[in-house]
Amino acid sequence: MAKSKPRVKAPKSASKGDIVTIKTLISHIMETGLRKNKKTGKIIPRRIINKFQAKFEGTEIFSVDIDTAISANPFFQFSMKAEKSGEFEFIWTDDNGEIYTKKSKLTVS
Amino acid sequence: MKDLSRREVIVLGSTAAAAIMVSPTMAFAEAKPAKALLEKFTGGKSIATGKIKLEMPEIAENGNTVPLTFTVESPMTEKDYVKRVIIIAEGNPRAEVATFNFSHLSGVAKASSRMRLAKTQNVVAVAELSDGTFYMAKTEVKVTIGGCGG
Amino acid sequence: MKGTAKTKALSALFAVTMLSATSIFYMQVVKAGDSLKDDGLPSGISKVKVKPATDDGPLDEIISGWHFRSKETKNLQQDDFENPGYLWVEQGEELWATKDGSKGKSCKSCHDDPAKSMKGVGANMPKWDAKLKRPLTLEQRVNTCRTQGLGAKEWKWESREMLSMTAFIRNLSRGMPMNVQADGPMKPWVEKGKNIYYTRVGQLNMSCSNCHEDNYGKNIRADHLSQGQSNGFPTYRLKWQKIGSLHRRFKGCMKNIRATPYKPGSDEFVALEIYLSQRGKGLEIETPAVRN
Repeated sequence: MAKSKPRVKAPKSASKGDIVTIKTLISHIMETGLRKNKKTGKIIPRRIINKFQAKFEGTEIFSVDIDTAISANPFFQFSMKAEKSGEFEFIWTDDNGEIYTKKSKLTVS
Repeated sequence: MKDLSRREVIVLGSTAAAAIMVSPTMAFAEAKPAKALLEKFTGGKSIATGKIKLEMPEIAENGNTVPLTFTVESPMTEKDYVKRVIIIAEGNPRAEVATFNFSHLSGVAKASSRMRLAKTQNVVAVAELSDGTFYMAKTEVKVTIGGCGG
Repeated sequence: MKGTAKTKALSALFAVTMLSATSIFYMQVVKAGDSLKDDGLPSGISKVKVKPATDDGPLDEIISGWHFRSKETKNLQQDDFENPGYLWVEQGEELWATKDGSKGKSCKSCHDDPAKSMKGVGANMPKWDAKLKRPLTLEQRVNTCRTQGLGAKEWKWESREMLSMTAFIRNLSRGMPMNVQADGPMKPWVEKGKNIYYTRVGQLNMSCSNCHEDNYGKNIRADHLSQGQSNGFPTYRLKWQKIGSLHRRFKGCMKNIRATPYKPGSDEFVALEIYLSQRGKGLEIETPAVRN
């Protein structure tokens, strides 16, 4: 499978106290480990994104512990209360140990 | 062509369904209770209803991608906030779907995602609040198995 | 064990076959349009229903597959961020500028800014190639460029790269009406495609028209039949959990009626694609559409 690509939609600016909404999507097959290869009859090994984290200025604001029932190309929408300017960091952890990240800046006025 | 009666068609259909139902993975699914997961999540504490709302379609066009949104009533302050929300699909081969972890920085205890449902079943969302109380919402989603897979 | 599985499979197949064969008679009678609520429009699209370009067509109204889907499936196509098809479109954009092959060139080397050079291209495919004296689908056109222009290897029909590139190029024509050439040298191909469309094949002895012309808007078991239009392809299908080509969809349809499918890229599927594009002329390109 090609390398997973994250997509993030987060606001660039907000007023202090605003609740901002963030949407994230990443390309990933989310193989459950419950399917069999139709030709060989062997179980296809599990490979999912098992953790998603959203941090702001290094502090976790939201995270998800993921099991196999989250759909392929996982989508998450969540919120944050904008208190100060800073940087978001979004982190996806793959079963195979790979980490995919994306950053986004927010200016609060 | 000779038309089959409706009854005959149903009998044929259910025979086929029965044959498929006996597969070991299905038996495993029934044997793994969502209850154990819930007990682990709450530490055996009682769960109240209310405060949490779970929005899912009544009928899912395809079980591979079923949208879900949940909202928990909470001021989301440092002293009073929602810690986490677990989503459980009772009829899936693995009942655990995901656990969403919040902090008071989240602003609101609301999130959306998309999930897989193996068949028509109940989906349960349980929230743990910072004061150690638990609230639950439950909704049934019918999963249509289409005639045209393609 | 093997024997039991085989018996099970056979009995299931038999039951399914009988159900499918009789299901035509048990179809829920829903007049096209009755259960179709107005859920707005897909992103970037101004209308999902058009009048046919000519009077001799079989349909009074041409309707995008969008119209037949549930609110939740439609929602996925109403927001370009939430539409997972864009994961492929974005990869296609990257590939556009990625050098490949012995000549050290990328698509960009010849075609420069795709927003200009490729606008409308996807709406006119498949297109007649005067040099090769045959029509080419978008996939075939991309591969011609790769082998001749870049000195690169062909991409496989259903490869991630091909799906990304075709989704990217078709997306640049989003909102533009499908406008395939149907006269001149294309005429025999339209005829060939039409012939395939109306020919009953497979164990269930069905043609494309049995579902998508005679019964669209009705339910076949739990599935709400569409007109089988091609304007949203490559399409993100919930069932596939990824984007897929029109020819993959053709294959699936043929398997459903228990026929031996033609191969993606075969003259039969190319002709069928041309006929469908002609049949849906005027319908706006929705790529990447989201379907169930």
